[in-house]
Amino acid sequence: MKFGVIKFPGSNCDQDAYYTVKDVLGQPVEYLWHGDSDLKAVDCVIVPGGFSYGDYLRCGAIARFSPAMIATHEFAAKGGLVLGICNGFQVLCESHLLPGALVRNDGQKFVCKQIHLRTENTDTPFTGALSPGQIIQVPIAHGEGKYVCDEAVLAELDAANRILFRYCDADGTRTETSNPNGSTDDIAGIASANFNVLGLMPHPERAADPALGSADGRAIFESLLKFWH
Amino acid sequence: MTNLQNNPTITPEMYREMGLNDAEFTLVVQTLGRQPTLTELGMYAVMWSEHCGYKYSRPVLRLFKKYKEAMDAGEVENAGVIDIGGNIGVVMKMESHNHPSAVEPFQGAATGVGGILRDIFTMGARPIAILNSLRFGPIDQENGDARTRYLFEHVVSGISHYGNCVGVPNVGGEIYFHPSYQGNPLVNAMAIGVVPMDKIASAGAKGVGNPVLYIGSATGKDGIHGATFASVELGPDSESKRPNVQMGDPFAEKLLIESTLEALATGYIVGIQDMGAAGLTCSTCETAAKAGMGMTIDVRKVPLREADMTPYEVMLSESQERMLAIIEKGHEAEVAAVFHKWGLSAEVIGEVTDTGRVVILDHGVVVADVPAQSLTDDCPTYTLSASEPAYINEVQSADLSNLPEPTDYNDVLLKLLASPSIASKRWVYDQYDSMVQTQTTVLPGAADAAVLRLRDSGGKGLALTTDCNPRYCYLDPYLGAMIAVAEAARNLSCVGATPLAVTDCLNFASPEKPEGFWQFRRAVAGLADACEAFGTPVISGNVSFYNETPEHAIFPTPTVGMVGLLPDADKRVTMGFQNEGDLIYLLGGGAPTFGGSEYLALIHGQEVGSPPALDVEAEKALHTLLRTAIDKKLLKSAHDISDGGLAVALAECCLAGQFGAELEQSKYGARELFAEMTATVVVSVAPTAATEFETLSGKSPIGTVTGDRLVFGENASGPTLLVSVSDLRAAYEGAIPAAMASAVHDLEG
Repeated sequence: MKFGVIKFPGSNCDQDAYYTVKDVLGQPVEYLWHGDSDLKAVDCVIVPGGFSYGDYLRCGAIARFSPAMIATHEFAAKGGLVLGICNGFQVLCESHLLPGALVRNDGQKFVCKQIHLRTENTDTPFTGALSPGQIIQVPIAHGEGKYVCDEAVLAELDAANRILFRYCDADGTRTETSNPNGSTDDIAGIASANFNVLGLMPHPERAADPALGSADGRAIFESLLKFWH
Repeated sequence: MTNLQNNPTITPEMYREMGLNDAEFTLVVQTLGRQPTLTELGMYAVMWSEHCGYKYSRPVLRLFKKYKEAMDAGEVENAGVIDIGGNIGVVMKMESHNHPSAVEPFQGAATGVGGILRDIFTMGARPIAILNSLRFGPIDQENGDARTRYLFEHVVSGISHYGNCVGVPNVGGEIYFHPSYQGNPLVNAMAIGVVPMDKIASAGAKGVGNPVLYIGSATGKDGIHGATFASVELGPDSESKRPNVQMGDPFAEKLLIESTLEALATGYIVGIQDMGAAGLTCSTCETAAKAGMGMTIDVRKVPLREADMTPYEVMLSESQERMLAIIEKGHEAEVAAVFHKWGLSAEVIGEVTDTGRVVILDHGVVVADVPAQSLTDDCPTYTLSASEPAYINEVQSADLSNLPEPTDYNDVLLKLLASPSIASKRWVYDQYDSMVQTQTTVLPGAADAAVLRLRDSGGKGLALTTDCNPRYCYLDPYLGAMIAVAEAARNLSCVGATPLAVTDCLNFASPEKPEGFWQFRRAVAGLADACEAFGTPVISGNVSFYNETPEHAIFPTPTVGMVGLLPDADKRVTMGFQNEGDLIYLLGGGAPTFGGSEYLALIHGQEVGSPPALDVEAEKALHTLLRTAIDKKLLKSAHDISDGGLAVALAECCLAGQFGAELEQSKYGARELFAEMTATVVVSVAPTAATEFETLSGKSPIGTVTGDRLVFGENASGPTLLVSVSDLRAAYEGAIPAAMASAVHDLEG
């Protein structure tokens, strides 16, 4: 399964995603330059974390207009697999591949720490290697990760089981303190209507190796492989 | 080249205002054989400031052996690279941004991070970690004030903003709060990078006719004379220096990192240097002087933010995120194309000459023509007079033998844990991305040093720490500085690393006062002797003088940044207790001392005495024992005893590991619990490994990891000290958030 990692000016988790695919998954991977619309025939596009174009405007607001993202939009429309992590999730929302938006954390500060996620739907290309309700430990690192959307969208996401991950405690309980940024309904990650696009604020690529504190994030990449083969 | 007309007459007021004295001005006139132009005067003033020219510190810095050798050989450049094998070189440097942060904390701290990163990647190295050593006045409810909380909050935000955006993990450091830093915070940023040993970039302008390429952001009017500002005391008018502070753009920096490393890979970059303090002036004359060459540039070819900037302003601007590169002639277009691909400016602004002179043109008209070397190597140096401050004898002769014993040891421990200098710094490090680049295998707060597992190195690890107990350095600058080195080496040994090298950031008051200069000289001697003893040469560093306000001077603060190597990063040990039933041992064992302790300051309100004695051989034996035990996988945890003594160290082991501990020995008093010492470490060992460990160390256990309470001295009359881990946690984790919650009230009030 061939992966592509988009490199925007200001991306800074592109290498982390690249090496996770290459070294941990052992799959072929290429960088996709933001200025090129050629997606190099990859099977899955990863939109990585970072500060695309400096994010001096709304996060991801400029990245959506890049040739690589326009190509990714078309790719997704044809059912191609797209994984947006952190800034990548913000870019996917700005690109309208996913509904809603990511805004400033309730605490007003950047937060980097380990958190827990509850797996809410395992019947997707991104979660097939997880068990229903499985709790995974994955870090976050963002200043603008509070997911917001209107009531109608929330109802639709919920009804269609498109909320794949929610913030929770180590034992799976959702409390006020287990939500690190004030996200609506504890939402950490959502999928598109066809489940071929996932955006999430936590960083599974930083949790793919036990030496880094957790290997739980690996399951998301392994789910993709399982789905593909 | 002549021209040089249309120039105002230079008056004593003009050169004094810029920071030159009469003798220095006379030397400028002698060097040039004429009156300087305004542009030339500005160039000399900034290059001959202490900040750039080290005119007061250079004679003392020769105490650092490696620095002296490099100076004598004219080879300062590559002295900063540590070869760790496998063609991997490690570079590191620490730098202060104290004065900018005192007037504009957010940008001051942010640009401090930016500047130190550029020092790393201009050597061809990819920056892989940032650390910070910060000092502020008190922030707590009782002693702190709104201004200090504002400085603390915004310094942390500035570091967070810049470091997170450039994608270099912020993995560690230290923070102290003390009244001596009131109004003059210290912001020391350290960066570390890795470079293939055969790809180290040079900063020399070699090759006559080679084009000089200006790279990065446009030049604006910000930061003019920033280096001069760094070379005077802060005063009531410091607020008017706000325009001297530069503005940072981490996005531009990120582009510079990627494009510079890509451009260096073309092989056509002959020399490269960043534009930091003194901007274009420093980068042109230093690269030229280093190669024994000259350089001619035209300021009108420099990308400018405001077209009407004068040559003086262009040459002295400290606008951020700019670099100067010397390109192999004929390949400038290929190199520029790399920068253009990343959306950055890259303009040829001049060329290398064989005249040894830096010539500045304005539309082709000569506005400055000076010998390059006269601005750098020929900067006048001074050996200032030094005299021991009167307080030294007074504080060291204080009698501490009859301190009253506390009535409630639990209360003392909780107070120490809640002292902001000891308390958890989670409020700070949660704002820093400590994990990006996916090499951080020991995160902030988890151990005595951060550990990075290097990609493509066969599993090697780098351990990093910064250390300096400023109270020790105040009481005895020589011993205090030695202890800073010893503690850094101990911290690295606690994770299993062998210390390799040191970078320092020497923060002191005015050297022009004999007492201030004495503190500086004694501390540098202590650092130099300790670095020699521990085999960790000082490979880079920075001096920051004039850290004082009209009210007071800072405590002498020679911050030590140290890097160590783990052959196998996966063997790294952290400080938290891991398992119920593990045995606790005390290794080493320096003499417990109240002098300079946090206990003495916090509980008894005294900052007197002598710091704990340092036995270098005992330290080294302890460090070797730690590394051996860790290599044999005998240790579950290791944590050194420092501020707050044994009780605080054990509390931290409990807090980092979620378990309690019981210490069996019956006799515990304030000296055993709270006095401080060198060369002492608390470790825990699984019962199955106890025999082997006891054979190796010759030690017997002093307690057990168990339950959810920290208990000292269980005997017939009950324990001396007993606190639940949750109470320890509340004190330790609550202190800084509580102080900063009041920062919100400061604003609302």
